[in-house]
Amino acid sequence: MVNLVKMDLIELAVNGEKRLVMARPADTLLHVLREQLGLTGSKPSCKNGDCGACTVLIDGQPIKSCLMLAVEALGHEITTIEGLKDSPIQRAFIDKFAFQCGYCTSGFIMNCHALSVIHPDAGDETIREWLQSNLCRCTGYEEITEAIKSVLAQEPKENNG
Amino acid sequence: MQKVGIGVSVPRKESQDKVTGLAIYNTDYLSPKLLYAWLVTSLYAHAEIKSIDTSEAFKVVGVQAVITGDSYHLLCGPVIEDHPPLAKEKVRYFGEPLAVVIANSEAVAKEAAGKVKVEYNPLPVVNSLASALKEGAPLVHENVAFYKQVKPNEIFSKAGTNIAQHVKIRKGDLPEGWRQSEVIVESNFSLPQSNHIAMEPRNAIAEIKADGQVIIHASTQAPFDVRKILCRCFNLADTQVIVNTPLVGGGFGGKTNVQLEIIAYLASQAVHGRAVKLIESREQDMTSSPGHLGLEARVKIGATRDGTMKALEITLEVDVGAYVDSGSQMTRAMAADCTGPYHIDHVWCDAYGVYTNHTYVTAFRGFGRLSYVFAIERTMDKLAFALGIDPLELRLKNALKSEDTTPTMVRLNKSSIGNLPACLTKIKSMMNWQEGVRRETGSNKVVAKGISCLWKTSSSPPDATSGAIITINEDGTLNLNVGTVEIGSGSKTSLAQILAEKLSMDVNKIHVVMDVNTGISPSHWKTVASMTNFMVGNAVLDAAEDLVEQLRSIASIVLRCPPEVLEVGGGKVYLKEDPEIYIEINEIGNGYEYPEGNSIGGQVIGRGSFIMHHLVHMDKDTGKGKLGPAWTVGAQAVEVEFDTQNYTYKILKAATVIDAGKVLNPKGARGTITGGMCMGLGYGSRESCLYGEGGERKNPQLRTYHLMRFGENPTYLVDFVETPLIVAPYGLRGIAEHGIIGIPAALANALTTAAQVELNQTPLTPETIWQAKRGKLDDSL
Repeated sequence: MVNLVKMDLIELAVNGEKRLVMARPADTLLHVLREQLGLTGSKPSCKNGDCGACTVLIDGQPIKSCLMLAVEALGHEITTIEGLKDSPIQRAFIDKFAFQCGYCTSGFIMNCHALSVIHPDAGDETIREWLQSNLCRCTGYEEITEAIKSVLAQEPKENNG
Repeated sequence: MQKVGIGVSVPRKESQDKVTGLAIYNTDYLSPKLLYAWLVTSLYAHAEIKSIDTSEAFKVVGVQAVITGDSYHLLCGPVIEDHPPLAKEKVRYFGEPLAVVIANSEAVAKEAAGKVKVEYNPLPVVNSLASALKEGAPLVHENVAFYKQVKPNEIFSKAGTNIAQHVKIRKGDLPEGWRQSEVIVESNFSLPQSNHIAMEPRNAIAEIKADGQVIIHASTQAPFDVRKILCRCFNLADTQVIVNTPLVGGGFGGKTNVQLEIIAYLASQAVHGRAVKLIESREQDMTSSPGHLGLEARVKIGATRDGTMKALEITLEVDVGAYVDSGSQMTRAMAADCTGPYHIDHVWCDAYGVYTNHTYVTAFRGFGRLSYVFAIERTMDKLAFALGIDPLELRLKNALKSEDTTPTMVRLNKSSIGNLPACLTKIKSMMNWQEGVRRETGSNKVVAKGISCLWKTSSSPPDATSGAIITINEDGTLNLNVGTVEIGSGSKTSLAQILAEKLSMDVNKIHVVMDVNTGISPSHWKTVASMTNFMVGNAVLDAAEDLVEQLRSIASIVLRCPPEVLEVGGGKVYLKEDPEIYIEINEIGNGYEYPEGNSIGGQVIGRGSFIMHHLVHMDKDTGKGKLGPAWTVGAQAVEVEFDTQNYTYKILKAATVIDAGKVLNPKGARGTITGGMCMGLGYGSRESCLYGEGGERKNPQLRTYHLMRFGENPTYLVDFVETPLIVAPYGLRGIAEHGIIGIPAALANALTTAAQVELNQTPLTPETIWQAKRGKLDDSL
């Protein structure tokens, strides 16, 4: 029988720092980031991988932190929205009015940021494929589209949208 | 001096916090002292609770308390008190909270909640409006007549039936209307319940201090209503309850409802007042907390051959679910606006709010208009077709204007109704309407357009109030404190713009208090009904005038002149005739000190308030009355590309033209409208609460309940008309909800034209279009 109260001390690499946290085997990365490290920028919303509000970067790749156990993050570089400072996509989100209530914003920004690093020349199809993993209930996605496009290469190589 | 006020796209005040993850929402309130609650919810839609065994739950290490409904004699509700916060004796909907586990961590509370054993005795389920209204139907509530009516002027339930509300409109002489009509069309409509899906799930924290002080932290649109309802339910004094609300992660009406705050209070009580946090899972948010109403409608419209509308008979049956909450208010609001924005002399409307064993409902963006507008606007298209008149021209011909009367007999003027014909004229050219509404584009593809109008008034209580307080800092900047919450509409920023405009100041020099604390913030009815800029805006202007008067009074002493010759602007009080003679407001905002040390003045505090005036309850027999100060009107259109073989479609364009009175923040206004449009396209094309045969919810997850996703959105076309509302700040009208209202109807009109079959229900999926096309009975290939 699983001992639910058993906790392990683990070291996570978060936003360039080594942080010690106590985690149960069943604790998600989202839970530990928020409840133990106070990094509440990553948001709980569906806790089922459907909405993307909890998106963080694991070694630069966007991951839904509600679907990853804290222990799975051992040995990986975790970047949360709090680790992103004055990046072009953050400025673009403000300039383009790409958020309203702001609850989905951290997740969208992390995903957009990773997209702009991994596929700086992404075209419409790639943008769509990436950003469909996040939900926004306030905007009609128009301003988020403008924001991501403004930080991607001016002349997309891919022109399939 | 840089002036940044009205008509400028000022980024929202909380922008930096929202892009850095530092914005704090109620879910982000963390503290080691917190206990956590988890709801045990009903697996049946209608059943007697035979027993609840909590003994196994108590054995889980870390459980502090388990509470069940049978410990309380408590009924709550904003209009009629029909709702036990935890089900007692019987459950009335699938997902209804019936017990709460309070534990040291959420994981423990959740685990223990799974060990609470409930024995049910299933009852016949009222699973549709038709079954609720059948003769001899099982009753969702047996004792409606004994419930306390909080607002007796606003609810007319019928004992011994499932009818919780019946609103009548009797305008003109209906038989005469039919006599004058040369063409009559009729249709039936069916729209399902849906969910709000604010990205921040509903949640609340409650703590009861030793002296009885109740501290609530809630993700709510209505902190003052939370206070009012807690006080009413638990016999507390106003001063005993403080409700704190930080930024709210979306609401769309769903957070006007007071539910989790009550349950969290009970949970805190059970653990001697310790702070208890209750966050719903997404699934609970979609089943245990209220959604958006369902509607069945029958519409009959008569007109002369030239297209002049003469008569309307409309029956609205509203699925309010298991408890009334604000369902009765939405039923009333729909009836009051039941014609759509068209002039009709002879109108009968019977609107019923009906109890069912579905999840109960609360306010949703548009407060019911989205649903009845669908029925009216689809019938308008049917009438246009029958008359052989262009659907846009038919709307233009009948659009309400000055001197016309509404269904509730309010005589309109230019200020109160705005300019719908101008909206229609604009959308006509935006959508290239003259090229025709249907064209075949080859390989089984058809491009078609549909149109809809909208109108909405506030449906606020006649005594709704707002307040505002302005103070001055040492550096000459201002603090603006108001009781509206920031739910994403940008209202705090808009209000700063209103103040900036009034005082000719840079908006960056106006700080807004972002959080609401009912013990400190001036009260505000609720952050709802697109009324914040109107109501609180008026209070802000009032406060600014109070501030100006005080500043002139002190400055008149310092500058040695009568106050009448002074003006306030740009952070200064100056002589009208010679602005070079002035004093900075920061020098007098907190007392003025003469060189030798003598001081005068003291802190300048601008106080302002606003209350609705001349609103009148609707008459029980005729509906005559006035529910809001004015209307916002608009026109919307959708263009689709439809595949005539497999009935799939792509939404190419969606357009909205709204009479905004005055656009405060152009980029913000566009985003508010397109956000509403996107939500309307989601409701029209895919969203619905699916109930199984036993009333169990089939799709309580974002994996099975689909929202519009990135890239599925069409090209948006948005424009504004500006007809000032003279009683509003700078002439503005509410626009926050309106983007959604006509969109499902416009989509259905476009698809009806494309598929050449009447589409009178939502969601409009390829399957439902196929069913309509083949006839409902033939649903197999």
